Amino acid sequence: MLADDAPGRPLGRRAFLGLVGLGLGALVLGRGDSVLPAAVRSVVPGLGGGWRIYSVNPPMPTFDPASWSLRIDGLVERPQTLAYADLLALPRAEQTSDFHCVTGWSVSGVRWAGVRFGDLLARARPLPSAGALVFVSAEIPYVESLTMAQADSPDAMVAYEMDGRPLSREHGAPARVVMPRMYGYKGTKWLARIVVTERALDGYWEQRGYDRDAWIGHSNGLS
Amino acid sequence: MATTATPGSVTPTASPERRARFSGTERALHWVHASAFMALLATGLILYVPSLSEAVGRRSTVKAVHLGVAAAWMTGLALVALLGDRGALRRTLRDVDLFDAEDARWLSGRRSRPGRFNAGQKLHAIVQGALAVLFALSGLLLWIVQRDTTFRLPGTIALHDTLTFVLLGLLAGHLFLALVWPWTRPALRGIVLGGVDARWAREHHPRWPEETAPPRRRPGPAAAALALLVLAAGAYAVAFVVGGH
Repeated sequence: MLADDAPGRPLGRRAFLGLVGLGLGALVLGRGDSVLPAAVRSVVPGLGGGWRIYSVNPPMPTFDPASWSLRIDGLVERPQTLAYADLLALPRAEQTSDFHCVTGWSVSGVRWAGVRFGDLLARARPLPSAGALVFVSAEIPYVESLTMAQADSPDAMVAYEMDGRPLSREHGAPARVVMPRMYGYKGTKWLARIVVTERALDGYWEQRGYDRDAWIGHSNGLS
Repeated sequence: MATTATPGSVTPTASPERRARFSGTERALHWVHASAFMALLATGLILYVPSLSEAVGRRSTVKAVHLGVAAAWMTGLALVALLGDRGALRRTLRDVDLFDAEDARWLSGRRSRPGRFNAGQKLHAIVQGALAVLFALSGLLLWIVQRDTTFRLPGTIALHDTLTFVLLGLLAGHLFLALVWPWTRPALRGIVLGGVDARWAREHHPRWPEETAPPRRRPGPAAAALALLVLAAGAYAVAFVVGGH
């Protein structure tokens, strides 16, 4: 207890240093996930469930079901142009996976529905020389690519539903690439065209220094 | 009183007695910090809340403004501290640092006789200071990591987010006490003009000794720093508008 006439003790600086220390600890020991539990994030309106929305060339493309199409060409026997209804008519796949952004935030347990690449490409019939898929976004100049082997991952897909609803505009309506084993920049939003090529190429962010093989935890400076 | 009035004199207006609470340097520091934090909060929320991101668009521009304001904020604070009345700053730091028996009484909700600052005001300043340091540090890390991933720490984003939530709460309380709550509202004059109503001060800060409020000197450099900052921010805004559209 302090005496009434004491000039006071320098507790302020200790509180300050304590708080800064606490923050530094959180910096090193914290997890990459958002501070808000998923339950809170999904309830608080406007927070978007922890997502950060990135676009490289706003405004974001708008989706018109009547005129939208997905072009599949390149090293294929029969180039395809799929209307929105054609895409929905393909065998439907569902999955729940985590989404990790290379800048450090994550969203756990995202429910996706869409089409596996095998089913998507079946009718186009890739040629034997096909080695990669190049994804072209309606948001020019965003491009990305996956090798055929990567696209064959059991949890890679072109998604048209997220958390039980048609893909929203900010998440890439009407269709986007989902590759949960890699960082989010591999997941081209507003997918407009898939070009089958021999080799993968450097996508938008890869031309700006990120790794082409964006394995979570094993790329972009993480080993 | 009317008997002392001489012909031709005007009615003496009751000019309330003032106590100098903040020097020009402290006020400059407060307003550089406050204006920058508001701008950082606004741009930060646009980057963070998806519905705002979509409504505003231009993520890269918003981000550039966020980073520009952050740089101006740190430069501004450093300039004010360098050019301003550092004696006054040290005095205020000391006042915030020292906690005595009255502060313990205040914190436990009992009647107390605070000095120049009550314990709540001290704590607010301390938390704001810690927030500023951690915001700057985690923000700097986020900026660096985009160029070199070796400096990536697992909790950087989570920390920056947490600080935002803490700041929002703190800011709401601060604005409420400064603008709405009748018992604390008179303090607003101190951070705007420097002086507070002496009667209010005696009542709410009875142990604030008269001699710790020397007539403020040298507001010039701090004011110059503030003007410089406003000028730089203005130039940045003009460059942004001209170049960005």
